[in-house]
Amino acid sequence: MNIFKIIKDIEKVDPEVYDRLASRRAAMSGFGSFGKKVALAAVPLAMGSMFKKAYGQSTNSIVDILNYALTLEYLEYNFYEQALAATALNLGDNREFFMEVRDNELAHVNFLKSAITSLGGTPIDAPTFDFSAGGAFPTWNSDAQVFLTLSQAFEDTGVRAYKGQAANLAGNPAILTAALQIHSVEARHAAIVRRIRGLKGWITGGPEGEMVPAPAEPVYQGEDQTVQAGVNVPQVSNVAPEQVTEAFDEPLSMAIVNDIAELFIVK
Amino acid sequence: MSKETKPVENEEGLGKHLQLPMQRRTFFRYASASAAAATILLTTACDDDDDDDMTPPPVGAVNLGSGDVGVLNYAYALEQLEAAFYTMVVAEAGNALTSDEMNVMMDLKAHEVAHRELFKAALGSNAIPALEVDFSSVNFNDKSSILQTAKTFENLGVAAYNGAGKLLTDTGVGLDYLLLAGKIVSVEARHAAAIDDLIAGNGRFGEEFIDEDGLDRAMMPSAVLAAAAPFITTEIDFSNLPQ
Repeated sequence: MNIFKIIKDIEKVDPEVYDRLASRRAAMSGFGSFGKKVALAAVPLAMGSMFKKAYGQSTNSIVDILNYALTLEYLEYNFYEQALAATALNLGDNREFFMEVRDNELAHVNFLKSAITSLGGTPIDAPTFDFSAGGAFPTWNSDAQVFLTLSQAFEDTGVRAYKGQAANLAGNPAILTAALQIHSVEARHAAIVRRIRGLKGWITGGPEGEMVPAPAEPVYQGEDQTVQAGVNVPQVSNVAPEQVTEAFDEPLSMAIVNDIAELFIVK
Repeated sequence: MSKETKPVENEEGLGKHLQLPMQRRTFFRYASASAAAATILLTTACDDDDDDDMTPPPVGAVNLGSGDVGVLNYAYALEQLEAAFYTMVVAEAGNALTSDEMNVMMDLKAHEVAHRELFKAALGSNAIPALEVDFSSVNFNDKSSILQTAKTFENLGVAAYNGAGKLLTDTGVGLDYLLLAGKIVSVEARHAAAIDDLIAGNGRFGEEFIDEDGLDRAMMPSAVLAAAAPFITTEIDFSNLPQ
């Protein structure tokens, strides 16, 4: 492995590689001292952190996003785990589906924890949850309709939350891909819960027609977009505007997602 | 894509890509994502520029192009396939499907046409032409044949977008294309789940595609296009796509 050749090759693609690495001289002398200090086998790791500094986000910001995702996964997992343990909740034929969902959410929790650890971060602890949201949903674990409403809101929020962070994970292709792979699983869950509730599997327009209580309306705010990538989609496709809104899920900001999640977290 | 004209290199590439999720997971777990990224960089960089042994692409093939345009054309190709399929389902399968099933199919047709036309408009003069499709293997009078084909396409779409996300760069305008792909992939996943629910009932949602870490599939373009090839008559050259 010839480090100088690698840098030269990168220079062909990215003439500003040296600027990104502070300066050529600093980069090269940095490598020199690396070479003395670390075994050859460890050089890829050292290079990785250098390139990450040059091209990607700091590991910290990625860990922060993963911990944010972990909070949501904790919420979902505990929601299903507690609901399935509640004897008064009759889920009928759908019980098996929610057991599968719970297992997926637990797998996401464990996966995110190991991802955070592998990046040198510390996974946050699970918060204490109150799915009655301070008494707003007192029958959440005894009335199947209330449970289903919350489930839909959590799953659709999950889809929007991961989508909102994709660009912030782009500096780390492996993490980005894993996040996308979780994101589509949340969308599968959402589609089925929605169908169980008698809705379409996809989101039509904004909060209207979602059969959710007022506090859950932020979950669907901004879902009624018909312009994508600067293109007026109903115009170019002759597809009805409401069906165009179904064809694209919109992202949700971390602030709004946190507001939604905090309704269910005991301070 | 016929076997005779497919470059040998792509056959190897296919096998390699199919193993990639496992490799990536291993790196992710036991080393770190940064080490994986560095290894990929090093492997590429250490590979001396021996480009002469590239097999030329088949004559008359549609070239998807390179960079983000190539990835968007790749998505456009898949959306063309899906839109053409549901257009045929809606036109021909009236007797095979219940009204609930047909309502889902009409939504899916609308969504895929919206995706297709968006890509066409966004790509402008860079857009590939309309592809010729071949649904002769589908029996449009048979519910099971229709739903199984839909299941294949939707799950392939999910895996394709999940795999292609990391190929998009769009550094100029803030990764808008990645967001766009993200807006579409979750809708494809909703479709996949709804189709599974129609096929199997009781809230099935394609669990067989979700691994023990709770992750959906991610497939690279060579594997996706190989899986889609029986339904696409037009030869597709994807050799310039980012790896």
